[in-house]
Amino acid sequence: MALIEISNLTKHYSCGDETVEALRGVDIGIETGEFITIMGQSGSGKSTLLSILGGMNHPTGGKVTVNGTDLYALGEEQLADYRAENFGFVFQSFHLIPYLTARENVMLPLTIASMKGEKKREAALQALERVGLGGKADRLPNQLSGGEQERVAIARAIVNRPHILFADEPTGNLDSANSEAVMALFRELNDEGQTVVMVTHNPENCQYTDRTIHIRDGKVI
Amino acid sequence: MKLHSISLNNLRRRKAKMAFLTIGLMVGIATIVTLVTLTESMSNDIGRKMDEFGANILIMPRSEDLAMSYGGISLGKVSFDQREIHEGELAKIREIKNNRNILAVSPKVLGAATLKEKNVLLVGVNFAEELKMKQWWRIFGNEPKGENEILLGSTTADTLHLSPGDTVTIGGESLKVAGVLEQTGSQDDSLVFAHLKKAQKLLGKEGKISLVEVAALCAGCPIGDMVVQIAEKLPEAKVTAIQQVVESRLKTLDQFKRFSYGVAGVVIFIGSLIVFVTMMGSVNERTTEIGVFRAIGFRKSHIMRIILLEAALVSLLAGAFGYLSGMGAARIALPFMAESKSAALVWDGLVASGSIGLAVTVGLLASLYPALHASRMDPTEALRAL
Repeated sequence: MALIEISNLTKHYSCGDETVEALRGVDIGIETGEFITIMGQSGSGKSTLLSILGGMNHPTGGKVTVNGTDLYALGEEQLADYRAENFGFVFQSFHLIPYLTARENVMLPLTIASMKGEKKREAALQALERVGLGGKADRLPNQLSGGEQERVAIARAIVNRPHILFADEPTGNLDSANSEAVMALFRELNDEGQTVVMVTHNPENCQYTDRTIHIRDGKVI
Repeated sequence: MKLHSISLNNLRRRKAKMAFLTIGLMVGIATIVTLVTLTESMSNDIGRKMDEFGANILIMPRSEDLAMSYGGISLGKVSFDQREIHEGELAKIREIKNNRNILAVSPKVLGAATLKEKNVLLVGVNFAEELKMKQWWRIFGNEPKGENEILLGSTTADTLHLSPGDTVTIGGESLKVAGVLEQTGSQDDSLVFAHLKKAQKLLGKEGKISLVEVAALCAGCPIGDMVVQIAEKLPEAKVTAIQQVVESRLKTLDQFKRFSYGVAGVVIFIGSLIVFVTMMGSVNERTTEIGVFRAIGFRKSHIMRIILLEAALVSLLAGAFGYLSGMGAARIALPFMAESKSAALVWDGLVASGSIGLAVTVGLLASLYPALHASRMDPTEALRAL
């Protein structure tokens, strides 16, 4: 049984009198330890697919099963708990909290975990060291470069040792050197056993991944 | 790191906005504290002064043979010749639980006497207590000092052609007119006032009292309780509160209170609007941040706790500073607003805790909708991931 199973997934949005079909019957299976890229042009439905896979966006139809759990059969708060325990997210614009230090940003997912404060700090520092920023733990986001901010965002996503790491255009705001470094980091994490599902429109990123799923007009091609 | 660290860090980052919110709510609380404290202080001042103007409790014998009135107030029926209160029992009045509220106890003996061949009503009083109670009296001449000195009402003096310094004879005793009252417009104008002991002797009522007037300090007005307490101590007497006096005092104080509470209500409503608008703006500015929280697994209740904790902390500060500034403003304003210069500022612990409690309650209530709004944010919409 695959780690993630998606069957006949549809997602419609109402836009005035019109209905936009963002996803039109998507079926995908993702195995544990895979590094998947979801590629497609702008408006193809790839980000919608990622948000549904990440338990943040209820589909119009179909089913998403993660590790045997029917994700959208869970209540809203149960789904929040599921995200906290099983998923890590890296967002396109980093989305670090500007008034928290790098370490505090990384500790965010642990804020709601039943863990002692000292252990939270240790885990955050380990995650920062893992992405090569152990020495900048006490800096605020505006004291870090774009590449460093992206790495803090990755550290935040892995600090709770999630089953699946979701990334939405993680190199979208980076120059080529930083993009390569970040992709290499994802590759390393995947080599260590981390399942990674990444949305990108940059074909160069596909060389780091195991498999690429192409989406066009809401369908897998 | 815990949830409150997020709230505290956000407050530190948004110093200007939070200062605006704090000041907005603080001004509201300060206004209320000023109004309530001023009203309380002025009410106390007015109450104290009103209490000094006349009696508000009457103690009479139970016997009811002769109707009479005193000071325009019906005393019911009093017998001069039958049952009367024994002077020795008066000390019991000061033994009641609310004895601190007693400003003056003025025992009186009443009786008919003949002066220059005319019948007059002779009233024996304790002049010290009587003058304390009737501060509106203006005496032409002197206050009676010795036992053989009397005070005449203005009508009595005019009718009998008497003036201060004259000597008269009552019941065979020679008495000096120490002073004459300026016209009061009350029944006092037609009376002859003598020292209690002397009047008792002249009327043949040694050790007896016809009625007792009590002036009770009525702030918080336990007048009903005091009537019951005195009645328990003097079971043979009829104790009555002079309702019209009590009610008019209460009405005056009540008008002050209603005015200040009305203004306070408007001010606090404006304060709550400031909190609501600022918190709503803050939540909308933090859409992305809240989206991140929700995406990484924060429950709705976690988001609400973060927002409400921020509101509570700011309101707590606003309440404390509002109380202090309100008291400061009241202290400055009181001398200009109170009628007497001796009016004292009332430092009420209840106002202190109440203003902080009110600030926190208003802050939390006004932030409830913004907090709910934040907690309902869809993580995908918040992240604009679509």
